[in-house]
Amino acid sequence: MDMNELKRHALNVRRNIVQMVYDAQSGHPGGSLGCADILTYLYFVQMNINKDNVRTTDRDRFVLSKGHCSPAMYAILHEAGLLDEDLKTFRQINSKLQGHPNMNYVDGVDMSTGSLGQGVSTAVGMAIANKLDKNSHKVYALVGDGEAEEGIVWEALMAAAHYKLDNLCVIFDLNHLQIDGDVEDVIGPLPLAEKAKAFNAYVTECDGNDFESLAKAFAYFNEPKDGPTVIVANTVKGKGVSFMENNYAWHGSAPNEEQYNIAMQDLKEEN
Amino acid sequence: MAQETRNAYGEKLAQLVQENENIVVLDADLTKSTKTVEAKKVCPERHFNAGIAECNMMGMAAGLAASGKTVFASSFAIFATGRAFEIIRNSICYPHLNVKVCATHAGLSVGEDGASHQSIEDVALMRVLPNMRVFVPCDQYEAKAVIEHVSKIDGPCYVRLGRGKVEDVYNENTVFDFDKVDVLRKGNKTVLFAMGLMVQEALKAAEELDATVVNVSTIKPLDEESVLELLRTHEKAYALEEHSIIGGLFSAIAEAKAKTDITTPLYPIGVNDTFGESGKAKDVLKKYGLTAEHIIEVVGK
Repeated sequence: MDMNELKRHALNVRRNIVQMVYDAQSGHPGGSLGCADILTYLYFVQMNINKDNVRTTDRDRFVLSKGHCSPAMYAILHEAGLLDEDLKTFRQINSKLQGHPNMNYVDGVDMSTGSLGQGVSTAVGMAIANKLDKNSHKVYALVGDGEAEEGIVWEALMAAAHYKLDNLCVIFDLNHLQIDGDVEDVIGPLPLAEKAKAFNAYVTECDGNDFESLAKAFAYFNEPKDGPTVIVANTVKGKGVSFMENNYAWHGSAPNEEQYNIAMQDLKEEN
Repeated sequence: MAQETRNAYGEKLAQLVQENENIVVLDADLTKSTKTVEAKKVCPERHFNAGIAECNMMGMAAGLAASGKTVFASSFAIFATGRAFEIIRNSICYPHLNVKVCATHAGLSVGEDGASHQSIEDVALMRVLPNMRVFVPCDQYEAKAVIEHVSKIDGPCYVRLGRGKVEDVYNENTVFDFDKVDVLRKGNKTVLFAMGLMVQEALKAAEELDATVVNVSTIKPLDEESVLELLRTHEKAYALEEHSIIGGLFSAIAEAKAKTDITTPLYPIGVNDTFGESGKAKDVLKKYGLTAEHIIEVVGK
C-alpha cells in the first residue's frame, strides 16, 4: 500500500467531486468529500473490482446506501478506470450519471440507491446470496450517520447478525452532520458503535480520513468471524475544502465561481 | 371444490423451489399464514425469515435479486404493499429486479381481524409503479398458474392472494393465457368485469342477469384491446372488485375507456372509499356489497 498514491487518488476524487457539483450547479459535495478516503481505500486496496469483472457480480460489491454522495461514487469509478461516462454529464438530461445512482446505467454501481436506509438492507440480501452461492466475495455498504435514523438500517443489521453474515461490512460515515444540522440536535442517532454492538455486530472504529486507520479497520473485517462487521468511520464532512469542512450548509449545495476557485486551490496537488 | 388461493400458492411454490434452485423465498413471520412454510419444509436452506420487518424483507429481496436470484417475498397484502411500499418502489421496481411480491390476506375477506388487516388499496399501490405487473387469480387453479407464470417473468410482479376458501372457476386442465382477459360467460347487454373472489359472485349473478362475465386476472398490463371490444359490444359495464373503487380494476378499465370514444356506461362495485370492519368474511362481504345478491340489485335496476 503506497500512501502517497492513495492520497493522490483521493485528491483526484475530491477535485472531481467539486468539479461535478460545480458544473451541474447541483449535488451533494459535503458528504461526498468526507467519504472520499473510504472509497479510495475500498477501490484501490480492499475490493477485488477491476475492468475485467466490473460487469459481473463475480466480485466484491459496494452499495452506496447514502446515495446522495453519487459524486463520490462516480469519481471513484472514474479514478479506478471503471467509468465510461463523462463526469460533465452528471445530473444533466439523458445522462447515465443520475443524481442518485442507477445500477442499470452504470457498471460498478451495484445497487440503485437514494432513498436512505435501503442500501444496507439490499447489501444483506447480496451477502445472503453469496452464502447461497458459496462464493467468498464480500459486500460493503456505506451508510451515513444521519441515515442511521432510518429504522430499516437496524432491521437490516438485526438480519445480518441473525444470518451470521461475516461477508458483510457496514461502514457508518460518522461526520455528525445532516441537512438540518448536527445529528444530535436534529434527533440523536448516536452512539452508533454501541448500538451496532447491541445488534450483535462486530464493531470497530477508525479515522475515516486516514488511510492507516482505515487499513486497521478493514484488517479487522478481514479476520475470520461469525457475523457482520460494522466500521464506525469518523470523518470530516467537506474534507479538503476549507470553507466546506464541518459546515452542514454544504450538504446539498453547489459552490459559485468564487467558491469553486477557492475549493480547487484547496485541492491543489502540492497542498 | 373450494380452496384458498394462498394454499395453492404454498403448494406451487414448494414445487417450484425444488425444481429451480435459483428461487429464494422470504417471509416476515407469517410463514404459516402465507403458506411459504410449504416451501420451507422442502427447501429450508432457501427460505429466509426476515422477522416482523417487511421493509427489510423487501430490501433483502432486492439484494438477492441483484445477485441473480428469483425471489418470492410474502406477507399480508397490507404490510407487503403498504408498509414496504417505498422499498418496493425504489429498490425493486426502479432497478427492475426479479422479485415476486406474493401477498396473502388481501381484501375484506380477511374477516375477523378487521380494517387494520384488510388491504383494499394494494392493487392501486402496486399498479401505479413503473415496471410492476399485477395479477389477481380467482381460484386455486388460476393461482397456481399465475405463480408458475410470474416465476418465468424477468422483473417485478405482484400477486394478490386471499385468506378464505373460494369456489373453483377453472380445473386442472385449464390452459391460461395471462396476456388476455377470460370471458367466462357470454350474455346480453351487460358485461361484468371481475377480479379475485368477485369472479365467483359475478358468475352467480350473471345467471339471473344474463350478463357477460369477464375474469380480469392480469390487472397490469391490462388487455385493453379485449376490454374495449367488450365495452363496445355491450350496453353497460360494471367493474367488480374486493378492493377500493379508487385505483383498482374499475380505475384500470375506466382509464382505458377514457382514452377512446366509447360511450358505454361503466360503474364500480367495490369498496366505496371506506374501511372495512371485523366479522365473519361472508358477513363483511355482504355488508359492504360484495355479493351476487348486491350485484343483481345494482345491475337489475
